[in-house]
Amino acid sequence: MDWERENNFCMTANDAVNTPNTIPRQTTPSNFVSAAPAAPETPETGPSPIRQFLSKRGSGKLADGTFSAVMLLCACSIFAIVIFIAVILVLRSKLSLVQFGFKFFTGSSWDPVSGDFGALPFIVGTLETSLLALLMAVPLALGVAIFLTELCPRALRSPISFLTELLAAIPSVVYGLWAVFVLVPLMRDTLGPFLVKYLGWTKLFDGPNFGVGLLSASIILAIMILPIISSLTRDIMLAVPSNQREAMLALGATRWEMIRTGVLRNARIGIVGAVILGLGRALGETMAVTMVIGNSPTISKSLFAPGYTLASVIANEFAEASGSLYTSALIEIGLALFLVTIVVNGVARLLVWAVTRGAPGRVA
Amino acid sequence: MKLKVLAAGLLVSLPVLGATTACAQNINGAGATFPNPIYSRWFTEYSQQHPDVKINYQPIGSGGGIKQATDGTVDFGASDIVMTPEQISGAKVKVVAIPTVLGAVVPVYNLPGVSAELKFSQDALAGIYLGKITKWNDPYIAKENPGVNLPDKPILVVHRSDGSGTTFIFTDYLSKISPEWNSKGLKGGSIAWPVGIGGKGNEGVAAMVRQAPYTIGYVELIYAEQNHIQFGVVRNHDGKFVKASTEGVTAAAAADAKSIPADYRVSITDAPGPASYPISSFTWLLIPSPAKDQAKGKAIKDFLYWMLDHGEGEAAGMTYAPLPKAVADRVRQTIAALQ
Repeated sequence: MDWERENNFCMTANDAVNTPNTIPRQTTPSNFVSAAPAAPETPETGPSPIRQFLSKRGSGKLADGTFSAVMLLCACSIFAIVIFIAVILVLRSKLSLVQFGFKFFTGSSWDPVSGDFGALPFIVGTLETSLLALLMAVPLALGVAIFLTELCPRALRSPISFLTELLAAIPSVVYGLWAVFVLVPLMRDTLGPFLVKYLGWTKLFDGPNFGVGLLSASIILAIMILPIISSLTRDIMLAVPSNQREAMLALGATRWEMIRTGVLRNARIGIVGAVILGLGRALGETMAVTMVIGNSPTISKSLFAPGYTLASVIANEFAEASGSLYTSALIEIGLALFLVTIVVNGVARLLVWAVTRGAPGRVA
Repeated sequence: MKLKVLAAGLLVSLPVLGATTACAQNINGAGATFPNPIYSRWFTEYSQQHPDVKINYQPIGSGGGIKQATDGTVDFGASDIVMTPEQISGAKVKVVAIPTVLGAVVPVYNLPGVSAELKFSQDALAGIYLGKITKWNDPYIAKENPGVNLPDKPILVVHRSDGSGTTFIFTDYLSKISPEWNSKGLKGGSIAWPVGIGGKGNEGVAAMVRQAPYTIGYVELIYAEQNHIQFGVVRNHDGKFVKASTEGVTAAAAADAKSIPADYRVSITDAPGPASYPISSFTWLLIPSPAKDQAKGKAIKDFLYWMLDHGEGEAAGMTYAPLPKAVADRVRQTIAALQ
C-alpha cells in the first residue's frame, strides 16, 4: 500500500512536469490532490524537488540552444566522416582510377607483377559469400527471435539471450581459427560429400572439395551475423505492443497466425534493418573469411571453389604492396568495397520501401 | 635527498657518456617479418650490453621496410626482397643493403600413408605450381621417388595469400629453373598464381597442409623446423638432392660469393655446388647512407660490427644460416664505407 502510494505520487509529479508551461507552477492542480487521497499527511511539505529545481534554474533558452547546436554537430560528424573517407579513398587511388578507369570494376585479372588490376573476382566473391550467409542466417535468426519472444519458457530465456550476445562478442579471428580447425575438415569429409550426393544435380557443388572455399566462408559468415540479426530482431519483436498479440488471439488466431500477422508484420521494417546491419558486417568481414575462403581471385560456378573478397585482399596484400600503382589499386579495392556497401544498402532500402509502402497489417 | 643524489649522479655521468657516444640513442627500424626473431634477440642483447643505445624494430613486412627506409621515416629498414631499380632511383633517402643472415624455403606436403621423405626435382616443383602436374602419382614425381607408393589423388596446391619475402624467394627459384615459369613473369612477393589456394602467413599455409590430405605448400625452413613439419628434399643445380639445413644455405651463399655484386643485390637461389640448398636467400638491413644524423649513423655502424662479431654466432642456434666468411669479410668493408 505504501509503495503504491509513492508510485502514484511520482507519476503525478512527472505528469506535472510534462504539462505545458501555461499552467502556473505555484498552484496545486486539483488532480494532484485527488491522486493521493489516502495520504493527507504528505502534501503539506511544499513543492516537489523537481519543481523546485525547475523554478530555481531560470530560463532554459541558452541551454536549449547550446544543446541543440551540439547535437547538430554530432549529427553532422557522420556526414563529415563519410565524405572524408570517400575523398581520401578517391585521392589515394587516383593512379589506378586514371590507369584503368571503369574497367577496374569489370576486369578479372589481378597481377601485381605486370601491374594489371581488376576487381571483379573480389566484388563477386564478396557479394556471393555475403548473400549466401544471409540466406542461411536470416531464417535461423528469425527462428531464434520468435522462440525467445513468443515461445520460450522464462527459465530458458536469459541463458539463450546471453549466449546469443556472447556469440556476437567473439573476435572474428577466433571464428577464423575455429573454422580452420573444425569447419574446414567437416566440410571436406562430411558436409561436402553429403551436398554432392543430394544436391549435386544443381551443379553448384562441382569440382574438387578441399574444405576451403566460398561455401565454408559463407557458413562462417552466417554464424557471425546470426547473433546480430537475432538479438536485434528479438528487441524489435519485444517492442510490438502486446495488445496486438492479444487482439489476434481474441479473434481466434492460432499461435503461428498471431506471430505472423500480429508480430512479424508489425516488426518487418525493424527486422529488415537488422538484416541490413548483419549484411554490413558480412560485406566487411576480413579475418575469418580470409582464413577459409582460399584466397584465389577467380570466378567460378561451384561453391566448393576458392574465392576472394574485397576486404581480404586488402588485408593480405597491403602490407607488402610495393609500387605506387599496386598500392593505389588496393586502395581502389577499398573504394569498391565502400561503393558495394552503399549500393547494397540502397537496394535493400529501396526493396523495403517498395514492398511495405502504405501496406496495412493484413493477412499475407 | 635521494633525488638530489640522483641528479648529482646524472650530472656527473652525463659528460662521461657524452665522451663515449654522442648521447643515448633511440633507433627505429621496420621491415621484414622473416628475420624478426633473430633481430629482436640481437637488438635486446645489444641494448643490454650498450645501455646508451636502444633499437626498436617493427616487423611490418619487406615492402613496408623498403618504403619506410627510402622515405626516411625510420632510421633503418629490413627486407627479404631485393630493391627494384625503380625503388632505388625513386628513393628519397639513399640506402645501402647489408646482408645479415640467410634463410631457406622448403616444400611441405601431406600425403597420408607415405612416410618416406619425398624428393622433388625442378620439373616436378615447377610443374605442380604451374598446374601441369595434377596427380601425386605423376611420372615426374614418381621418377625421383622409386619405391614410394604415391596415391592416385589430385594435388591441392597451397601458396601464400599475403605478399611475402617467402613467396619472392620461392618464385625467384621457380623462374630460374623453369623456362615456362620465367616466360610468364611470375616473380614477386605476391603474384597471380596459375593454380592453388592461398593461406595467410606461414602459419596459414602450414595449417592448410597439415589438415588437408594430398596438399603441397611452401614455408620458411625455420617455421617448418620449429613446428616439426616434414618437408621434401629438393634437387639442386648440380643434380644432387639436398635437404634444407643451415649448412646447405650457407653453402649456397658461399658458392655464389664471388659473383655477389658490390650492392649485394643478388639472388642465390639455384646456386651451384653439390651441398648448396637451392631455395635460399639473404635477408638485408637497409641502412641510410649518408646518415641524416651522424650520431645515429655511428650507433648503427657500431651495431653492425657487433652483429658480424657476435650476432652471427647466434644465428645457427635459431635455425638461421650465418653469412659465409667470404661474404662477412666483404660486409665488414661495406660497413666501414658507410657514411
